[in-house]
Amino acid sequence: MQIRMRLNQEQVELDVQPRVTLADCLRHQLGKTGTHLACEHGVCGACTVIVNGQAVRSCLMLAVQAADAEVTTVEGLAADDAPFSPLQAAFRKHNALQCGFCTSGMLTTAHALLTAEPDADRDRIRSVIAGNLCRCTGYVSIVDAIYEAGEAYRVGERS
Amino acid sequence: MKLPPFEYASPGTLQEATALLAKHNGEARPIAGGQSLLPLMAYRLAAPSLLIDLAKIEGLNRIEIGEDGVQVGAMTRWCQIEAEETLTHAHPLMREAVRNIAHYQIRNRGTIGGSLAHADPAAEMPALAITCDAEIYVTGARGSRVVAAKNFVVAPLETSLKPDELITSIRFPRWQPHRRWAFLEFSKRRGDFALGGVALHFEEDAQGHATAVHVGVFGTGETPGRLAAVEDFVTGKKVDAALAHAAGRMARANVQAASDMHASEEYRKALIGTLLERALIEAATRRTEEWKSCKSA
Repeated sequence: MQIRMRLNQEQVELDVQPRVTLADCLRHQLGKTGTHLACEHGVCGACTVIVNGQAVRSCLMLAVQAADAEVTTVEGLAADDAPFSPLQAAFRKHNALQCGFCTSGMLTTAHALLTAEPDADRDRIRSVIAGNLCRCTGYVSIVDAIYEAGEAYRVGERS
Repeated sequence: MKLPPFEYASPGTLQEATALLAKHNGEARPIAGGQSLLPLMAYRLAAPSLLIDLAKIEGLNRIEIGEDGVQVGAMTRWCQIEAEETLTHAHPLMREAVRNIAHYQIRNRGTIGGSLAHADPAAEMPALAITCDAEIYVTGARGSRVVAAKNFVVAPLETSLKPDELITSIRFPRWQPHRRWAFLEFSKRRGDFALGGVALHFEEDAQGHATAVHVGVFGTGETPGRLAAVEDFVTGKKVDAALAHAAGRMARANVQAASDMHASEEYRKALIGTLLERALIEAATRRTEEWKSCKSA
């Protein structure tokens, strides 16, 4: 099927089989390998991307269901002229990753959360990233990073 | 973990969708949020020849709160129910149940109709529908009908829906203003399938005795169900710690539970007893105004 979507602010058009998940489409057809795949049945959260402003598991969505949608992957978080977004910078500062496998899903989840709820407290952050498995860090540094990055989203809201 | 091949259709009307279902005679499946169906297909436990996406059909995702209850469109996503502040008073038990469903990202896609049609024994929504005597509105190529929730789920992952039928909405009877309620479940990690759960509500008469007691359990056996013995036991009594403890023991003795790789039968029975005891105490001691928005929880 021929579909169009807006991927990281760019219009893309492609031919995709119905059976292809959004995750596989992003990785194999569109080259966005920052989206990681682990469990492929909606348990681990590594493949989280943002579709029309909402964090979703891209292994539990068909690419054809993303037709005409606005999709953001981890590659689309930082501004063109910056290496990191404020959220990514906070992850770096707090050492909020070790192996890095879960990180793109953590970042996309947290970006969607803070965009909608810039005042999210630590409890809210913890409950949201309960859907993202990290087997290295123990989450403390991840929660610290997301909580600190909230300030950048609140500033963005005011300006 | 790749999906088996299938065709995909995204009709714009219910009539087209039910006609497609009828034409494919059981080989087609509707897809709502896909949060249960796609894993099932990834595991090759389901391999429909056609997926009929309901996303483009208008009017299926409304939450209507009226005099006779709350009508929730089948394509209403969990995140909509979480965000619907008016449900704090119109149906607090529904919001509490939805808070317990899966994870943030899944609540952004999963739908109330999809969960009912999937009928997982550990799912919150079929249990809530049965506890609250909800009605499932169904439409098919040969007309529409209304099914009582207790007659809807017939076996694990099996409902009384015919191959050409779709859920269009779910109606919950009007919520009584001073009703007491609780929803508790237990899973080893937050968001995992519950090893057991309890949903309940009751009223209090002028003497403070419980009336109209509804107690539902899920996650333990083949289908969610009500604990009639416990409902009868609690009816007409004042709910306090001693009564809750006795009711918990009764629930433990009466609940149907099965052993599997996640928990033994004995464990699940004990779990339901404990959850019921806690739920009754929580319901009896909560003051209505203490209920806060679930957005921040």
